Amino acid sequence: MTTKELALIAAKARKLCVEAVFNAASGHPGGALSSADIMTTLYFERMRVDTENPRWEDRDRFVLSKGHSSPGLYGVLALRGFFPEEDVKTFRKIDSDMSGHAEMRKIRGIDMSTGSLGQGISAAVGMAMAGKLDKKDYRVYALLGDGEIEEGQVWEAMMAGAKYKLDNLCAFVDVNGLQIDGPTSVVMPSEPLDMKFEAFGWNVIKIDGHNFDEIISALDAAENCKGKPTMILAKTTKGKGVSFMENSVAWHGKAPNAEEYEIAVKDLDKIISELEGK
Amino acid sequence: MADKIATREAYGKALVALAEKYPNFLVLDADLAEATKTVGFSKAYPDRFFDMGIAEANMMGVSAGLATCGKKVFANSFAMFAAGRAFEQVRNSIAYPKLNVTVVGSHGGLSVGEDGATHQCCEDIALMRTLPGMTVIVPCDGNEMTQAVEAILNHDGPVYLRLGRLAIDVVTDSVDGYKFEIGKGAQLRDGSDVTVVATGMMVQMAIEAAEKLAKENISVRVIDMHTIKPLDTEILLKAAKETGAIVTTEEHTVVGGLGAAVCEYISGACPVPVIRHGVNDEFGRSGKAQLVLEKYGLTADAIAENCRKAVAMKK
Repeated sequence: MTTKELALIAAKARKLCVEAVFNAASGHPGGALSSADIMTTLYFERMRVDTENPRWEDRDRFVLSKGHSSPGLYGVLALRGFFPEEDVKTFRKIDSDMSGHAEMRKIRGIDMSTGSLGQGISAAVGMAMAGKLDKKDYRVYALLGDGEIEEGQVWEAMMAGAKYKLDNLCAFVDVNGLQIDGPTSVVMPSEPLDMKFEAFGWNVIKIDGHNFDEIISALDAAENCKGKPTMILAKTTKGKGVSFMENSVAWHGKAPNAEEYEIAVKDLDKIISELEGK
Repeated sequence: MADKIATREAYGKALVALAEKYPNFLVLDADLAEATKTVGFSKAYPDRFFDMGIAEANMMGVSAGLATCGKKVFANSFAMFAAGRAFEQVRNSIAYPKLNVTVVGSHGGLSVGEDGATHQCCEDIALMRTLPGMTVIVPCDGNEMTQAVEAILNHDGPVYLRLGRLAIDVVTDSVDGYKFEIGKGAQLRDGSDVTVVATGMMVQMAIEAAEKLAKENISVRVIDMHTIKPLDTEILLKAAKETGAIVTTEEHTVVGGLGAAVCEYISGACPVPVIRHGVNDEFGRSGKAQLVLEKYGLTADAIAENCRKAVAMKK
C-alpha cells in the first residue's frame, strides 16, 4: 500500500472518529486523531489479521493501552472490515456495543479490554510471552499515551518485557505532548523518554508519528531487532487533521458542537479529496 | 485424620501434582514463591513458572494477556497485594473481560502473625466478592484445597482463591461423602438449634465449638462455606428454616465478607437472627499467630458464645 493510500484511510478513520464523538456528544478526539496514522499503518500495512475470524489464534495482536482513543481504533477497524462503518456512529450509545473504551468481549477485532491507563501494556507483555511459550510467530503491538506512561505499572511492564526478551512485542508512545490537565511537561515531566526506555532495556526508535515511511521503517527495524522489545516514540500532533483541535488541550476529551463538527468535517473532507486527487 | 497442613502448602503441592494432567496452566508469582508455596512448581516446571518481581499490578495484567491467548493462569501474592494493591487491575483487566485467571491471595487474615497489620489482609473476601462474575473460594483445610485447585482448573472464568499461612487440621477427609464442588457449601455436622456458617480456618474452630455445645445440649449444624461467591443459598435457606438461627465466622472483617453475604441473602429470603463473628472493623497487630487470633476473639470459645446468643435470640 502506498503512503498516499494509507493517508487516505487514516483521514477516513479520523472522519469516522469525529463523527462518532459528535454523535455521542462525548468521547476523546484529541489522542485518537494523533494516533490514527499509527493504527492505520498497523492494520493496513503490517498486522496479519482475519476479519472473518477475529479470534484466529495465529493473528498479530494490538492492545490500545490508551483505551480512550477507542473512536480512532473503531474507525480503523471498521474500514479494515471487522464491522460496518455504521456501527462506529453508535459510539457510546446505550444500546450499542461500541463502548466508551475498547471492549474485547463485545467488539470484533478488539484483542484486549482497556480503558484504565497503564494496564494494556501489561496484557501485551502477557500476549507476547504466550507467543514465545507456544513458539508462534505472531507479533504483539501496543499503543500508549505520553500521559499514560506516568502510571507506574507501565514501568513494571517495561522491566518484564526486557526480562523475557520479548522481541515479538512492539509498543508505541503517542507523544502528542498534552494530557487532560495541560502540557505533559508541566503536569508531570517525563522526558527524556528515549533514555528512560533504553535504560529499561528496550530498543528505542524515535519517529514522526504522521510520516508513514518512518512508521513503516520503524516497524521493520522492530522486527529485525532480536532479544529485546521495541518502543517507538512517535512525535505527533494532538487533534491532527482538525484545524481547531490541533495542539489544543481542550480537545482531549470533549465533543464538538454542531458548528464545530461542520468545520471538522470540512477540514477532513478537504484532506480526503486532495488525497483522492479530486 | 491427616497431619496438620497449611492450605498454602496443600495448594503448592496440588499445582505440582496436577501439572501433567493439565498442561495448559501457568503459575506467576511476585517474589513470594517461598511463602506462597509456588516454589515447588517453579522448580519442577520452570518453563511454566514466571517470577514477575515485586510488581503485582503488572503481574495481573500479564496474567490477563496470557489468558487471552488461551492459557489458564494462577497469579500469586499475599492476599494484601493480590486483592488489595492490585484490586483495580483484577477488576479491569481480569474480571471485566472474564478471563481465566485465578488470583491467589496467600496469607489471608490475622494468622499472618508477626508481620502485623500491613500484611494481615482482612478485606480481600469483601473486595473480591464485589466484582461481577468473580468466584471467591476460601478452602478450610488441605484436603479441600487440593480438590479446589482441580475444580478451578475445570472452571471457566476468573477466581479468587484465598490461602492461609498456618498449619491446621484436616477436617473434611473424615466427613462421609465429602466432595468439593464450587458454589456448594458442605455440611460437615448436622444440628437443629443453630447453624454455624464458617469459612477457611474458622471451620475447624466451628466444629470444636459444636462439640463443646453438644455437652450443653445445644445442637449445632456446621456448614463449611468454602465458596463465598456464588453463595450456596439453598443450603443457607434450609439451615435458616430448620435451625432458626445462624452464626457466621470468618478470619476476615465482619464488614463485607462471608457474614455480610449471608445476611444479604437471609434478610430477603428467610429472616432469622444472624450473628457475624470475625474481625471487628479494626486493623490487626503483630504477635504470634495464635495469640493474635485469641486477642481478636477468633476462637472456638467465641464461636460457642455467639451460638448461645443466637439460640437465645430465637426465644
